Amino acid sequence: MLTKEKAANIFDRIRRFSSADEVEAIFTGSRFALTRFANNAIHQNVEEENSIVSIRTNFAGRTARATANQFDDESLRRAVAVSENLARVQAPDPDLLPMPTADEANSGDKLADKSVRATRFFDETAAITPADRAEVVKSIVSVAGKHKLTTAGIYSTSESREGIFNSRGLANWHHQTLAEISITMLAEDSSGWQKLNSPDVRNLNPARLAETAAQKAVDSAHPREIAPGKYTVILEPAAVLDIVGFMFWDYSGVAILDQRSFLNDRIGAKLFGENINICDDAEHPLQAGSPFDGEGMRRQRVQLVENGVVKRVVYARATAQKMKNSEYAGKVGPIEPTGHGFPLPNEMGEMPLNIVFGGPENPRSVEEMIASTERGVLVTRLWYIREVDPYEKIVTGMTRDGTFLVENGKIQCGLRNFRFNQSLISMLSNVEAMSAPVRASGEESFDMVVPAMKVKKFNFTEATKF
Amino acid sequence: MKTAAHRALDAASVRGVTYADARVVSIRNRSLTVKNGRVGHASESESLGIGVRVMAGGAWGFAASADLSRASVEAAAARAVEIAQASARVKREDVRLAPEPAAVAEWTTPYKLDPFATSVEQNLDLLLKVDAEMRAVAGVTLAETGMNFQREESWFLSSEGARIHQTKYSTGAGYTAYAFAGSEIQKRSYPNSFGGQWQNRGYEQIEEMKLVENARRVAEEAVALHHAAQCPEGTATIILDGSQLGLQIHESIGHPIELDRVLGMEANFAGTSFLTLEKLGNLRYASDLVNVVADARQEHGPGLGTFAYDDEGVAAQSTPIITNGRFTGYLSSRETAHTIGAARSGGTLRAEGWNRLPMIRMTNVSILPGEKPMSLEQLIAATDDGIYMETNKSWSIDDKRYNFQFGCEIAWEIKNGKRVRMLKNPSYSGITTEFWNSMDAICSRDEWTLWGTPNCGKGQPQQVVGTGHGASPARFRNIRVGSAYQGS
Repeated sequence: MLTKEKAANIFDRIRRFSSADEVEAIFTGSRFALTRFANNAIHQNVEEENSIVSIRTNFAGRTARATANQFDDESLRRAVAVSENLARVQAPDPDLLPMPTADEANSGDKLADKSVRATRFFDETAAITPADRAEVVKSIVSVAGKHKLTTAGIYSTSESREGIFNSRGLANWHHQTLAEISITMLAEDSSGWQKLNSPDVRNLNPARLAETAAQKAVDSAHPREIAPGKYTVILEPAAVLDIVGFMFWDYSGVAILDQRSFLNDRIGAKLFGENINICDDAEHPLQAGSPFDGEGMRRQRVQLVENGVVKRVVYARATAQKMKNSEYAGKVGPIEPTGHGFPLPNEMGEMPLNIVFGGPENPRSVEEMIASTERGVLVTRLWYIREVDPYEKIVTGMTRDGTFLVENGKIQCGLRNFRFNQSLISMLSNVEAMSAPVRASGEESFDMVVPAMKVKKFNFTEATKF
Repeated sequence: MKTAAHRALDAASVRGVTYADARVVSIRNRSLTVKNGRVGHASESESLGIGVRVMAGGAWGFAASADLSRASVEAAAARAVEIAQASARVKREDVRLAPEPAAVAEWTTPYKLDPFATSVEQNLDLLLKVDAEMRAVAGVTLAETGMNFQREESWFLSSEGARIHQTKYSTGAGYTAYAFAGSEIQKRSYPNSFGGQWQNRGYEQIEEMKLVENARRVAEEAVALHHAAQCPEGTATIILDGSQLGLQIHESIGHPIELDRVLGMEANFAGTSFLTLEKLGNLRYASDLVNVVADARQEHGPGLGTFAYDDEGVAAQSTPIITNGRFTGYLSSRETAHTIGAARSGGTLRAEGWNRLPMIRMTNVSILPGEKPMSLEQLIAATDDGIYMETNKSWSIDDKRYNFQFGCEIAWEIKNGKRVRMLKNPSYSGITTEFWNSMDAICSRDEWTLWGTPNCGKGQPQQVVGTGHGASPARFRNIRVGSAYQGS
């Protein structure tokens, strides 16, 4: 397994092999294992170990990248040569900056005492074996059997390392673990689902997840079909993150400069309801992932939305410089590097990837939201979401694995699944209630800290056949 | 490379496995983009490693390593056996593999120009020319172009004696012009959206695409969409261009015929399928005009699903999927063939790379062209009232593959056999079998293209592979249109 010391040694060799003005190496390494089950049995069970070095060279405004997963001298020499060749043939880019020094990259680290930074590496997660995973799957299958259901899902564990070194002295390193469980319970004509992950496996409770998924499958049996239309919906946290995730690509300086963002001409405007507050915060205790970006810059906490007003977007170093010199400079709020850049070179620039929704003044549990609803739809999960309109931010998709009719404050029955075509601007202007935010995980967007939401006038346009 | 695979098989066999295979895979990729006159992204990558799949105690285990040293390869094999033994603790029945002759073969994608022998300057020069053409059109606010090549060399060895060495090349290129004005962002792409057109060919494919020649027209259409009428809501006759029909096939035929989905193996992520086993040979999937095959053979064309052997050593085949409208076949593997009474796998198991377990994937799932000569313009001329839609913009379908909704970049209203005006934001939706039963015309071979979908995701951990979809433009009656903007 790659260590910081081994990576530093490899980087020294890369520097010797390169004639470029500047050199950067990004290291990623992981041991990843996943046990997959379906039809109440393990049917796929895999483990892999891989380490990658991605080498970027700079020549006076020209840059390119080559990646390899072999670390012998010949492989490294070849990767360096490929990177240099790709860079040399380009015309100089006046916006390309020198690589950051260690001081510049880490200047955003506001934590006075680095030793108190919460670890995201847990020996208990790293030590999980194939037999341990099989035992957990057996317990999930047991819950399925108790309810006369069929189960499918995954239990994965991983140990990963990520580092960035450059020839200006930067040497940042991060390691972490992650455990994840996702469970589907299937009945004759219904299903239920739950998913959770955490760096610390002890935060996962497979039996509780399995019981919740099973109860959803049981409770949504014999689903009714009701006419599509605008309904009050209660979206569980996984449903919220999967749908709102489609707007965060646009909270990027490059997206504004490219005029492909739904925030074009809208920064500073009250776009959402007063109760919507969103920040990006890699240090949040419920977040996971690396504290630095693709150039090694420390990720900053950035308030993106405050009381419904879009305050600003995030920036890589070069994007911030470009934005300051652009016609948009006075219209987009604070402009500074925020530590959200992707590895260079890239055309996307940057993106907030550690989203945290602000908690409401009066959080309401999902049960309380149901109790306060005269007629509405409870949604466990959304699926196959795609953008329909990039500026009004209309997205389409389906409900899945547990959709319920709520009437007179109670769940009445399961419902056949709906297709929605919903503007995210409109959705986040119609939030009537929220729970306390939790770490949630779905399949359509990245993990976030989000609340459950009760939303009025959610736009279902069709129903499917199950 | 073969030595590493042999060592893995030896290490597995001494641990008492009933079956083992090893794949050593070396992948090289070049990726170039240009955005608004500048290089957006220039990179190459190489990845080398071994994946060892074993069966022990009637269950599967898989372990992969990038380290091809003797010690590491043997450790990976031992780990795969340990994992299989863990799998066997939660099984319902032993895995059964359909018999397959052990092939010994060498095969390489036929190509004229090795894409990696072309210079980066040459590649970038072409992209910059396309970019300049697009940005010469007033109103274009963003121009993006891209080009990708891949070379994948693999050695497959099995405990049954298979020894297969394959090298596959694929190339892809395309571009998009964006126009932002007022409160709308419109875009047009060529030859297809989301990465352009891809095939298993050499650089000759890029040269034949007429990328520069079409750039100005495409950019002008992106700007013109701002002045076009909104696609109406209601029911209409629609004609789909071949690229959109290719994606329609991918989503509403290709995925539901994957036998692992049908059997519930993908229930937690990709979903299941409405095509339950009793429907084989019985379901009226489509109208009589619809004939669909899953064909991985070179004679079908150089699709992203073309190969000589799949990733468990089964020779490429052609399987009739829909025959004169009737549902006649699934995509199968050695493990799943017995569930449909097949004596042999359909040869569709593929993996993203050395570090992934092969699984059932679409090969080239294609609709056969109409036998009667008919061009797109003749089809439009034969349509009194309809909407012609071109180039995918959004796609979504439920987890059993019944209800779908597609958006396209552009459309034209057809009246009395003529395109009368441009429409923006076109979309259509429906239920899979109802939709395919409404097809009443399809263009002939001259309009047929083997489109490539380079980004098909499936499995946990997710694997992205390329699939092929041959299609020519076709007409569908009584289709719901415009629902994407309904109520918003």
